[in-house]
Amino acid sequence: MSIITIERKVLQKNDEVARRNRALFFSHGTFAINLVSSPGSGKTSILERTLQQLKGELKVAVIEGDIQTDLDARRIASLGAPVVQIVTNGSCHLEAKLVEDALSNLDLAQVQLLIIENVGNLVCPANYDLGEAVKVVVASTTEGDDKPLKYPAMFRNATVLMINKIDLLPYVDCNLEQLKKNALSINPGLTIFETSCVTKEGLEGWCAWLRSKMIFVGRS
Amino acid sequence: MHELALAQNIVETIHRAVPPETRKNVRVVRLQVGAMAGVVPDSLEFSFNALVAKTPLSRVRMEIESIPFVVECEACGQISGNDAGISRCLECGSGKTRIRSGTELQVVNLELEDFQEEAV
Repeated sequence: MSIITIERKVLQKNDEVARRNRALFFSHGTFAINLVSSPGSGKTSILERTLQQLKGELKVAVIEGDIQTDLDARRIASLGAPVVQIVTNGSCHLEAKLVEDALSNLDLAQVQLLIIENVGNLVCPANYDLGEAVKVVVASTTEGDDKPLKYPAMFRNATVLMINKIDLLPYVDCNLEQLKKNALSINPGLTIFETSCVTKEGLEGWCAWLRSKMIFVGRS
Repeated sequence: MHELALAQNIVETIHRAVPPETRKNVRVVRLQVGAMAGVVPDSLEFSFNALVAKTPLSRVRMEIESIPFVVECEACGQISGNDAGISRCLECGSGKTRIRSGTELQVVNLELEDFQEEAV
C-alpha cells in the first residue's frame, strides 16, 4: 500500500473563486453581503425595504439566487435596482462560480453595495464562501427562538443577525430575548438588528450600519 | 443536501492527484470532517459511492475522521468541547473565544494498492 498526501479542503476550488470575487469587490470598493436564511423569513422583503430606504443615496445592486423562477428578481427590478437572477435549477445553495458568472452582467464600478440573496436554506449555504465581506443571516420570529441552536454553522459564520417580523411577536411562540441569547451563545460577536418590513421598525438602524460600511470600503 | 456537491469535489480531487491509469488502484480516501462542518458523514459517503459506481474509483472506501468541536477561552484559558457548537465559554461565560477545531472539511490522503506492472 502507498499513501498520497492530499491535505486539501473539499471546497478549495470554491474558495479560490471566492478569493477572486473578493479581490474584484475590493478593487471596485464594493461592499458585498451574502444574505442567508430559511425560506420565507423575509429576505426579499428586507431587500425591497433596504433599496427604498437607500434610494438616491447609495448605488445598490442585487444578485438573486433561487432554485426556480425569477419572481424575486422582478420584485427587485421594479424598484429600479440593477439585478441579476441566478436560477440554480434544484441546487440548494449558491457557489462562488455562479456569483462570478453573474458578476459579468454587473458594472461593479457603479455598485457600492452588492447584496447577494442566497437560496433559502439554513444548512448548505453555510459552507460556501462567495467572496462576500459579510454574511447576514435573517431569522424571523415565526420560526421560533431555537433556530440558532439547530443551525449553528450558519449562525457562527454570520457577522450580522436580523431578527425579522418583530411586529408578529405578540402572536407567535417566540421569546425574543431567548432567541438573542441562543444566537450569541453560538456566535458571541454577532451584531443584531430587530426589524419589521411591515411597520419598518428597526430598518433605519440596519441601513445606518450599511452606510457605516461604505466608509469602511473607502467610498462616500 | 449539498453532500452530493461535496462528493463531486472529492472525486475531482482524486482525479487531480491520481493519473487515469492508476485510479483503479485507489482503495481509501481519508477525510477529516469537523462536528460543526455542516456535513452529514453518512450522506457524504452515500453520495460518493453513488458517484464512483461503475467508474475506476468504484473500489474506493471513504474513511471519515470526525473532529470534535473545541473552543479555547481567551479570558480564562479554559479549553472545552461541546456537541452543540456553543462558542461562548461554558466555564466563565466569556464571548472572547477561539475555535480550535470542529469546522474542518478536508481530504487528508489517499491509499493505493501498489501498482503491479504487467510483464510484457
